[in-house]
Amino acid sequence: MTVPIGGRGPAGGLTRDRFAGLVLVALAAFIAWETRVLPLGTFREPGPGYMPLLTAVVLGVMGLVVALRGGGPALRDMSWSEGRHAAMLLAACAFAALALERIGYRLTVIALLVFFLGVLERKHPLAVAVVTLALAFGSFFLFSDLLRVPLPRSPWGF
Amino acid sequence: MTDTLSNLFLGFTVALSPDVLLFAVVGCIIGTLVGMLPGVGPLAGISLLLPVTFGLNPTTAIVLLAGIYYGAMYGGSTTSILMRIPGEAASVMTCIDGYAMTQRGRGGPALAIAAIGSFIAGTVSVVGLMLLAPPLAAVALRFGPPEYFALLTLGLLVLAFLTGGSMPKSLAMAALGLFLGTIGIDLMSGFFRFQYGLIELGDGIGIVPVAVGLFGISEILLTAGQETPPQVQKPKLRDLPPSREELRAAMGPVGRGTVLGFLIGIVPGSAHVISSFVSYALERRLSRHPERFGKGAVEGVAGPESANNAAACGSFVPMLSLGVPSGPIPAVMLAALMVHGIAPGPLLMQQQPELFWGFIASMYVGNLVLLILNLPLVGLFVNLLRIPYAYLYPAILVFCVLGVYSVNNSVIDVWIMTVMGALGYVLRKFDFEVAPIVLGLVLSPMLETALRQSLAMSSGSYAIFIDRPIAVGMLAVAAALFLVSFLPALKRGAGWRRTIGLET
Repeated sequence: MTVPIGGRGPAGGLTRDRFAGLVLVALAAFIAWETRVLPLGTFREPGPGYMPLLTAVVLGVMGLVVALRGGGPALRDMSWSEGRHAAMLLAACAFAALALERIGYRLTVIALLVFFLGVLERKHPLAVAVVTLALAFGSFFLFSDLLRVPLPRSPWGF
Repeated sequence: MTDTLSNLFLGFTVALSPDVLLFAVVGCIIGTLVGMLPGVGPLAGISLLLPVTFGLNPTTAIVLLAGIYYGAMYGGSTTSILMRIPGEAASVMTCIDGYAMTQRGRGGPALAIAAIGSFIAGTVSVVGLMLLAPPLAAVALRFGPPEYFALLTLGLLVLAFLTGGSMPKSLAMAALGLFLGTIGIDLMSGFFRFQYGLIELGDGIGIVPVAVGLFGISEILLTAGQETPPQVQKPKLRDLPPSREELRAAMGPVGRGTVLGFLIGIVPGSAHVISSFVSYALERRLSRHPERFGKGAVEGVAGPESANNAAACGSFVPMLSLGVPSGPIPAVMLAALMVHGIAPGPLLMQQQPELFWGFIASMYVGNLVLLILNLPLVGLFVNLLRIPYAYLYPAILVFCVLGVYSVNNSVIDVWIMTVMGALGYVLRKFDFEVAPIVLGLVLSPMLETALRQSLAMSSGSYAIFIDRPIAVGMLAVAAALFLVSFLPALKRGAGWRRTIGLET
């Protein structure tokens, strides 16, 4: 991880809060930059850019306070043991967003569950098949057929 | 008083009608399950069920969602006491002494005291809600934009003050939420802010994908890689009754927890979470034997459990009487009512008496249903926890995707949920509270509109906030709160907030 400029933590490195505070300051600067295209109005008559800029200022000031207080452990001592697993799950959510309206709800759920149970958790193929089919078709029946929640179907009507 | 009783009678005729009663019971059952499952808090549960309520009438919809909310408060205690796994955040304090009681073979009485305390707190708080909401709504009819601006500002500061974690971090998160709330078409000028080519953002960022992402998805990301839950203890019905000494020890904490929880519930913030922390700290402070806390003190179960149920009820007071949500959960419920074309606020009682009083009466019924569910059927519910987490979290994730997509039939919402899940995961790793983001998101349009309308009323003069007594009073409290809490915290660290566990 690239560490921006900042103070030194108790263990000689950047602390967790100092890093987080600096990221918030950077985010506030980005928001302030993005508001440049919006009419700011005046102090007496605020325009559409006024509130976003105000929130960016508060965010930046608070980020600065967090950075200056600089508590927490050293950044390099933070544990990210579940990070790889978390990244896989997020990738699966992104896949769901891409696939849902293209291949329909049931096929998307089948793909997700096969990935979770079969690839990530390495469960027995029979268990994977049973749980996957039961959840994909069961939830579709419950929500779409019984509760009338419209769920996307594939181009093949499935 | 006669009016209140006749209105309550009207409420019971609505609440005891078969369809409303059925949805109250279903909500309580779903809520109990939601509260027990790690990773699915009441907020995620309510958000996921939101699309299902679109086909219902407004009364049954709100009764179902309220049942899920306080059902989750009850359900969260079961896993906390038997397994030391808080099903939802408010149950964290119950874990400490509840699980210690289980280890001493007193798990049954701990469950019974939690259920009885929750029942008493829930029922008494509904009386408070019933008595407080109508006069508050009458006062709120005199509110104009300056008063609403002051109220919302005060609310955000109270939230940052009471939320666990450091106050600058909470204020930063509230500011981030306020910023997210500005995305979309500006209501007063028609300007499309932060469009980035996405037409779907015109209506702004929805609360459901943000809430599910920040709470539900981030919880799964943090826990899915860990070991499966430990062995579950399954108490029998005959093990449940507490001893006379345990009951006597629990009564004081239940009473104090009820009052404290209700009062905390009224003010904005993660009311039910904070109330259980404050109640635990209070009971420990008042106890003649504080050394028993952490080793199975009955007071450590009775106080927090009563407080979080009372706070759940209290949080409905500003929602129903002012139309202002006091936290993320009432905010989602507010959204549910708006889908049906109903705007909660001071006029709700006059325009929708059946909904308002039916909702209140259903809470009495729901509390009774939950008492029945949580004692004899606890063994049945515990079976759910035997499902290995490796099977459970994929199912929860699928339901998150389903629920978020169904609200607007939009994959943009699924993308927002994914991004918010990643953001929530990182923020929680860095010890930030995510609740202020959700509340900031909800309050942002109201706050901005109130500010700009106030200035339009006064031809740009900020003196309008000083000339109006209610507004200046609330802003003075907000300023005092800021000075009292924030400046000493900068100089000396956390101060009293640290001593009661709000800041680490």
